[in-house]
Amino acid sequence: MTEHEQYAEDLALYAMDALRGEERARLDQHLATCAACRLELEQLRGDTALLALSAAGPRPPQRARQRLLEAVAREPRVSVLEQTSTGRGWWGWLGWVATAAVLILAASFWRENVTLKETLASASSQAAESKRQLEELRQIAAPIIEPEAQRVTLVAARTPPQPQGKAFYLRKRNSLVFLANNMPALPPRKAYELWLIPTSGNPIPAGVFKPDAHGSATVVNPPLPPGTEVKAFAITVENEAGSPAPTSPILMMGAGE
Amino acid sequence: MAELYDRYSSVVYAVALRVLGDTGAAEDVLQEVFLQLWRNPSAFDAARGSLASWLAVVTRNRAIDSLRKRRPETDIEDVVLSVAPDLAAEADRARVAEKVRGALGGMAAAQRSALEMAYWQGMSHSEIAEKTGEPLGTVKTRIRAGLMALRKAFQT
Repeated sequence: MTEHEQYAEDLALYAMDALRGEERARLDQHLATCAACRLELEQLRGDTALLALSAAGPRPPQRARQRLLEAVAREPRVSVLEQTSTGRGWWGWLGWVATAAVLILAASFWRENVTLKETLASASSQAAESKRQLEELRQIAAPIIEPEAQRVTLVAARTPPQPQGKAFYLRKRNSLVFLANNMPALPPRKAYELWLIPTSGNPIPAGVFKPDAHGSATVVNPPLPPGTEVKAFAITVENEAGSPAPTSPILMMGAGE
Repeated sequence: MAELYDRYSSVVYAVALRVLGDTGAAEDVLQEVFLQLWRNPSAFDAARGSLASWLAVVTRNRAIDSLRKRRPETDIEDVVLSVAPDLAAEADRARVAEKVRGALGGMAAAQRSALEMAYWQGMSHSEIAEKTGEPLGTVKTRIRAGLMALRKAFQT
């Protein structure tokens, strides 16, 4: 959150639905492009849950239970259950391809939490297994996407370190993980913005990021229009709140391998 | 649904009653929250928190909407929160409640009051500023600092 202190207080209000009007709209816009602030919002909502749980009072009257069960009996439920295949061996091989697969699947789990959706609909035992898998995926992904992880880029001897970005995109899951290294420091109140260049149409904002002191940065699952076919990814420097369209020259760009 | 109701209805009802102060209105919110869960169980994301916490937050939001007679502002699917403890057992929830009350008791009165006005009465920061006569920035800072103090109480 250090990069986004200016939003910290508004996020606390937002978590309580106490932010209104223009300030709320501005924060909504920022949240759409900032994974760090979305994460902080989740944590703040967790903090508000603690407040909610401090409420104490009498139990609801028996008639409320009867009323609910009768209402439930009158209503058929539409339950969306999705299945996903997660064989145990798929992450056992090494290299970027495997890392990308792991990251994208992990990111997809974060977005969809597919198997956990079944918890309420069916049995809690499946949820326990899903939680274990999710934890396993997080463990694998953590050294790559967590800010405090050490990142080392290996290049040919006597080559000065170059800025480098790697984007892993899985269209069918609408998942994107982007990792950058050796990114130059930015002027105050500026940030890098990642762009998804579709096969047709204008560049789509795919997350705003600032590198850490070592030049590393990560973007995980920015909001993207579903099913977008990608021609390339690009990076520009924008104001730190992000821009809906590029306003400066492209600094880095890469097309699909 | 009966099992879920038996386990969590006391949380939902307590939160709704705390906001609304009226048993009939609290029963309506209780009914609405459980029916929404029945209609759309996938709205709850078990990887990101306990069901008790999620229900408490969803209930508070619905109760505030009801209190302020406004249309629901937050879809239940948008309520994503991060809380580690599993609070299925009533005894666990009682421990959490006690700790929260302890943390609130340790706050300065003005900070606790700003936090409670925002959370339990659904007042915006400008409404709180108007009521207390304090600058907007002070109210914002108090609310965030209050939440941070609660978070800290559970980290130690």
